[in-house]
Amino acid sequence: MAELPNKSLADRAYHIRRNAVLMGEVQGQGYIAQALDIADVLAVAYFHAMRYRPEDPEWEGRDRFLLSNGHYAIALYAALIEAGIIPENELETYGSDDSRLPMSGMAQYTPGMEMSGGSLGIGLSIAVGKCLGLKRKGSSSFVYTLFSDGELDEGSVWEAILSAAHHKLDNLIAIVDINNMQADGPSTQMMGFEPLKEKLEAFGWFTQRIDGNDLDAVVAAFDAAKAHPGPQPRMIIADTLMGKGVPFLETRDKSHFIRVDAHEWQLALQALDAGRSA
Amino acid sequence: MKPKFTPPVPGKPRLTTSAMIASIAAEGQATKPAPFGHALVELARTRPDIVGMTADLGKYTDLHIFAKAYPDRFYQMGMAEQLLFGAAGGLASEGFTPFATTYAVFASRRAYDFIHQTIAEEDRDVKIVAALPGLTSGYGPSHQAAEDLALFRAMPNMVVVDPCDALDTEQATAAIAAHKGPAYMRLLRGNVPLVLDAYDYRFELGKAKLIRDGRDVLVISSGILTMRVLEAAKLLEKDGISIGVLHCPTIKPLDVETIRREAGKSGRLVIVAENHTEIGGLGEAVARDLMLSGIHPTFRHIALPDEFLGAGALPTLHDRYGISTEAIAASIKGWLG
Repeated sequence: MAELPNKSLADRAYHIRRNAVLMGEVQGQGYIAQALDIADVLAVAYFHAMRYRPEDPEWEGRDRFLLSNGHYAIALYAALIEAGIIPENELETYGSDDSRLPMSGMAQYTPGMEMSGGSLGIGLSIAVGKCLGLKRKGSSSFVYTLFSDGELDEGSVWEAILSAAHHKLDNLIAIVDINNMQADGPSTQMMGFEPLKEKLEAFGWFTQRIDGNDLDAVVAAFDAAKAHPGPQPRMIIADTLMGKGVPFLETRDKSHFIRVDAHEWQLALQALDAGRSA
Repeated sequence: MKPKFTPPVPGKPRLTTSAMIASIAAEGQATKPAPFGHALVELARTRPDIVGMTADLGKYTDLHIFAKAYPDRFYQMGMAEQLLFGAAGGLASEGFTPFATTYAVFASRRAYDFIHQTIAEEDRDVKIVAALPGLTSGYGPSHQAAEDLALFRAMPNMVVVDPCDALDTEQATAAIAAHKGPAYMRLLRGNVPLVLDAYDYRFELGKAKLIRDGRDVLVISSGILTMRVLEAAKLLEKDGISIGVLHCPTIKPLDVETIRREAGKSGRLVIVAENHTEIGGLGEAVARDLMLSGIHPTFRHIALPDEFLGAGALPTLHDRYGISTEAIAASIKGWLG
């Protein structure tokens, strides 16, 4: 873990959520609910599990973090700002002309962004190649790969799941965000993927299923994934709540790409503050 | 509508080789075995960054030669082309130079978005080497990549190469390895004809080369059609027709300087000949550039028609679609009147 000021993970998660809401306000809309649901996972990844150097995002010894679901870029930018990889004052450029923070994450634009997402179902394939490459180099780095439950519909994801087990990629830690929402509605109604843990175990993965908004559970899952002695790739199935931390967003129906009224951004920040002091 | 049964013609045997893999070498033609595979093995001796990858087609893309020489630098990715190219992008992002092989139909049509996103858009050093390009299989449209050049031309950052023979393939392999960035190379595999050794020729990435000069016709060609056009030119010499051949194995970036210089010489019919659909390949690329540069020769195009091609023996199909030596010679003769 990088040397960072001693802040609690809950505090990190709060700042990630706050950064995301502030970026959402720049555009008036966006994938805010996903950023809020995944903030706890990102807090644990960046402030507990991963090795990196904020001043040198391409440091060879770093753990890699692949964002397969490129529309979650708002969440990753929020974490990269909190980690000191992106300066905080770039936040106000989110999704604007000439910004390094485009709405969909792209490797060519942003420090700390390792792949170009957006076309869903691609990240795990890249992860397989990176893991093979790191093993060739004798590196002990992990490749963390975040993807969404909707991506489980893509056949290419299962190609990569087969392949990672076949090649015994024990340096791959994948996290799938089960927020049960994709563009047209609840993920499980678009294409049933349960029972997911049993499926992944049958495919040869060391698999854990946790409440992705329970920081202690997330920490334990990352620790177990890193420490697992077997040659299997590791999967963390994280059940999360869209809009987590902002009650009026948690209960909103159309939560995949939300528009928020101007006065509501302040309410969202207030809700985060209230949750923090609670 | 499905065709009706064609009854046999007495005394005329049917050609029976509609197999997936058909040799493009004419009977008695000099050949060289697996030029790509052997060239890659040679390159890998001094390039530890080079790795080989395939999607269950090592044997059919001559990559098995590399796999045998460097088993620990070879990755079998299974019959999963999207994974193949995504993983190739991942390996390249860690500093390696993957040569990733499959059939041209699967690289271009099945894995296009993966190549676009993980290789071209990120400008990764991946070399895509694809067998059965254009019409080099009698197996039917599932294995005939008539449109691969059009698709890869349209992808920013992608270098596109269509070699003619064994010598071209060997030298192009070294050239794309030396090039920094993504490249797509059409692969001739197995016993590959050796033709260009008879000429003063060397492959250079991005260069068109005048293989022979001619008075009446200039043919600008790539891939195996350069070989066919050279043969057609010899046939037509007997009729007093003099044909120049400008071999243009790099489809992108196009050597517009040489093409303008040769096509701009007055009085010659200019023909583009390619083993590719008439849409989006070398012919349209050359025609566009000549129009833009104000060079307006009489122009003809030898290419595959915009239709799903038939199954059958390769010589039959090459005759039917006008890309056999005899068909090319007949077209040129007809155009000259």
